[in-house]
Amino acid sequence: MPTSLAPVSIDELRDIAKRVRTDIVTMVYQAQSGHPGGSLSAVELGVSLFWNHLRCDPANPTWPGRDRFILSKGHATPFYYSILAERGFFSTALLSGFRSLGSPLQGHPSMSAAPGIEMSGGSLGQGLSFAIGQSLAARLDKRDYRCWVLMGDGELNEGQVWEAAMAVPHFGLGDRIIAMVDRNGIQNDGFADTIMKTNPVEMWTGFGWHVIECDGHDMAAVDQALAEAEKPHDRPRLVVAHTVKGKGVSFMENNPGFHGKAPTKEQLEQALAEIQGGLS
Amino acid sequence: MTSAPVAAATREAYPAGLIDLVEQGVDVVAIDADLSVSTMGYKFGEKYPERWLTVGVAEQNMVGIAAGFAATGKTAFIASFAAFVPGRCFDQLRTSVAQPRGGLSVKCVASHGGVTVGEDGMSAQAIEDLALVTSLIPFDVVVPADFESARQAIVAVGKTSGPAYVRTGRPKVDPIYDSSYRFELGKANTLRAGTDVTLIACGIMVGVALQAAEVLASEGVSARVLDMATIKPVDRDAVLAAARETGAIVTAEEHQTHGGLGTQVARVLAEELPTPIGFVGVDRYGTSGKWDELLGYFGLTPQRIAQAARDVIARKT
Ligand SMILES: Cc1ncc(C[n+]2csc(CCOP(=O)(O)OP(=O)(O)O)c2C)c(N)n1
Repeated sequence: MPTSLAPVSIDELRDIAKRVRTDIVTMVYQAQSGHPGGSLSAVELGVSLFWNHLRCDPANPTWPGRDRFILSKGHATPFYYSILAERGFFSTALLSGFRSLGSPLQGHPSMSAAPGIEMSGGSLGQGLSFAIGQSLAARLDKRDYRCWVLMGDGELNEGQVWEAAMAVPHFGLGDRIIAMVDRNGIQNDGFADTIMKTNPVEMWTGFGWHVIECDGHDMAAVDQALAEAEKPHDRPRLVVAHTVKGKGVSFMENNPGFHGKAPTKEQLEQALAEIQGGLS
Repeated sequence: MTSAPVAAATREAYPAGLIDLVEQGVDVVAIDADLSVSTMGYKFGEKYPERWLTVGVAEQNMVGIAAGFAATGKTAFIASFAAFVPGRCFDQLRTSVAQPRGGLSVKCVASHGGVTVGEDGMSAQAIEDLALVTSLIPFDVVVPADFESARQAIVAVGKTSGPAYVRTGRPKVDPIYDSSYRFELGKANTLRAGTDVTLIACGIMVGVALQAAEVLASEGVSARVLDMATIKPVDRDAVLAAARETGAIVTAEEHQTHGGLGTQVARVLAEELPTPIGFVGVDRYGTSGKWDELLGYFGLTPQRIAQAARDVIARKT
């Protein structure tokens, strides 16, 4: 089965990341709504994953042996849809319909509405549980696919995440599930440390996971961390990517105001110039 | 073959129905959340350990795991008390199960429904579950009256492609059906013919409605009794025939009168054939007691149904 491409170079991944960032700000501008901050912070993780690690076949999106990517932080659809389109699951022309009537690309993902969308989302905290079910099914069906789950650091406030966190090692699913946290330090209302100060690394370690940390915007480091996560280990792996919310656009960076807000026309032009110029 | 029915709790039908499904080739998995001794799920686990798991006291996770299983093509059953599924995981049922196109094949079998949980008191007495799950668009909702209909209902929902909720009960109840009965999803069963009023009931109230019909018969009132096990989709034809032919309706359920069987029936009447209707159910939070004492305490009795019948008959024009 066609799976990943031949390893894509870090330089090429960086070029793709620029295209994805361009898509993100353009989509949110066109829709005049959506979530740019937590989309921009996850770009390197998503690009490295979809081009170098996730076993998938865009021409055959429901292939039963595919790896599953579960977007648990469902509001990051600009990032998700752009990556699916750039990776070939559907036409990039669809992106302009984001959030508009008649488009399959709703504000939050609707399972199977477009190729590659594996789970309905929008209510935080549910992705890891979903991946457990898929992974237990894989074990029953003697399949070897993996589930990759992306969560936000604010999302970790949800109790269901911890119900699932304890269940993954309990069921021995470490080689079937790889979890990722976009540690951008900002959630909806503001900075995570002021809303619910936690230490995710200690918490996940305490729940029986092996935590791999990386600079979430250093493409080589991210690619390396995901490769590390794929290696066998006696504990399930969680990649904590230290990121900057709004990365790549100066006025969005580390700015809670751009969690869920669209840029103006002038801001869009500035954002596109900065992305092209390579702030990232 | 017909076997002699004995008193059994509807929850006992859960493992029986699951085993039937596996034997019929359905790719079933079943999940419990630390109540498998009560839901009886453990008995299925003894027979098919590879198809059963328990996730600890974690209903939200249980729903998510079931949705993941269903996304791969399996039929995933989950079991807990009706107070906790849907109560503790409504959002997960909504987002992860109901909203994916047409709904995923997740079947909730919630035991200890209604007030007949008994001594555990109000926190364990689910009287809102039917209101919650009937609001989830693709869900079928079934409240069987006895062991045999519960077993067949579990098999029936196990063969549909979408989600479902089957409510079972804790106490042993007298059988209404034997194994010659054929349950049909979405169809009411007429247990007693009648012309003056129709008593439409589900679950444990079916037996109570049959007793109410006896009380009414002794007064010369002819009451039809329908077992409306499937409350969603409700059997519109049976409701409309009852309205046309008897002109008065009483619903009876072990649930609050808002959002359950009565609401489903009233909507059909309001849309097509306005008819006097009375509602028998529970409209306050409960207390501890033996299950049969609680039926009396809440007025889930033949006498109350009979009184409701007299009242609606008096309203006929
Ligand atoms: C159950 C639930 N509660 C609340 C929300 C509203 N909400 C959307 S995004 C968000 C903050 C998420 O923060 P984080 O997970 O850190 O996301 P990121 O910063 O990566 O965008 C909240 C509270 C939701 N989507 N789901």
